Amino acid sequence: MKNNWPLWEVFIRSKNGLEHKHCGSLHASDAEMALVNARDVYTRRMEGVSIWVVESKNITATNPDNNGELFEPAQDKVYRHPTFYKLPDELKHM
Amino acid sequence: MSEAEIEKLEIAFEQKITDDVRIEPKDWMPEKYRKTQIRQISQHAHSEIVGMLPEGNWISRAPSLRRKVALLAKVQDEAGHGLYLYSACETLGVTRDDLYEQLHTGKAKYSSIFNYPTVSWADMGAVGWLVDGAAIINQIPLMNTSYGPYARAMVRVCKEESFHQRQGFEIMLKLANGTEEQKEMAQDALNRWWWPSLMMLGPTDAESVHTEQSLRWKLKRKTNDELRQQFIDQTVPQAEVLGLTIPDPDLKWNEERQSYDFGPIDWDEFWQVVKGHGPCNKERISARVGAWERGEWVRDGAMAYAAKKEIKKAV
Repeated sequence: MKNNWPLWEVFIRSKNGLEHKHCGSLHASDAEMALVNARDVYTRRMEGVSIWVVESKNITATNPDNNGELFEPAQDKVYRHPTFYKLPDELKHM
Repeated sequence: MSEAEIEKLEIAFEQKITDDVRIEPKDWMPEKYRKTQIRQISQHAHSEIVGMLPEGNWISRAPSLRRKVALLAKVQDEAGHGLYLYSACETLGVTRDDLYEQLHTGKAKYSSIFNYPTVSWADMGAVGWLVDGAAIINQIPLMNTSYGPYARAMVRVCKEESFHQRQGFEIMLKLANGTEEQKEMAQDALNRWWWPSLMMLGPTDAESVHTEQSLRWKLKRKTNDELRQQFIDQTVPQAEVLGLTIPDPDLKWNEERQSYDFGPIDWDEFWQVVKGHGPCNKERISARVGAWERGEWVRDGAMAYAAKKEIKKAV
């Protein structure tokens, strides 16, 4: 059981002009096989025009335990949104 | 972690469930939620994988090229669905090898329906129509299940599954409108698959040990009995279109309930099959274990090749 194929994360661009989006993961012995497997597992119905694979261990993620200090500070910065600014009614477009 | 801290986490967790906020892999979750989820998702994955066996049996004997490509695509989808689900399950901290091990040693269950044999081509029709029909009814509410990776996998599965049922129904339709002998084949397949399909939706609510907690955590969104009634109500008119008779003398429209009443289900048979005494339990697992063992040299070879390439790259 030591010879396990590593885990890869799969990202697919559904059409040109759109970004690659995470769609799942799979096991493969190397990057080349991960691409071939991703094509069979995740694009059987024309779901993609481009595939990225990244070995899962290479992804660094935020820890949800720290979500408070990471993401809450944005909540009270309403002045970063256009709706914060009061404009006269007669102004039609801005 | 202190008890007070855990209690705080539990309250936050329950609040997310109430608010329909999805639980994601790295979020804190009660150990029991994690375990229940691993059990449910892995059983589902195993069912997809074992589910390939009764149909794979007929690919080489499909009556036309059209039927053959469709069946092949369906079986390939099932492999894909198994893989989506295994990877969703792995996000809960269990390894693929553990999951396979549980299947191969009989520790994990899979849908009991796949322990019935597929003896004629009409069975490919009945399986697609009834078994996939029941599976869809079971899976649609799971698109809203509380665990994010499972819900996302189910969205893809449901999208792909609808052709499965149609290809099965088409097979039945062709046979039902064919020669007398073909019609008999279709009726025979319906007779054999009807009751197992009803059982496939799980034990009655009174007998189901997991239902209550699973509903509370929104792992399940409908009870087994609700799903079964929905399946029957949906399938009876389809059988009428085929001109076939559902093998239940007690089946009758109930005007008051706006639903079909149906006869008693043989739960002894269900538990026999679940406990490993169905017609094909041994055959299915030995086919699966055999495939895994015969593939070992390929898996090892691929890893050796990958390691060799790495060394070459480093030089």
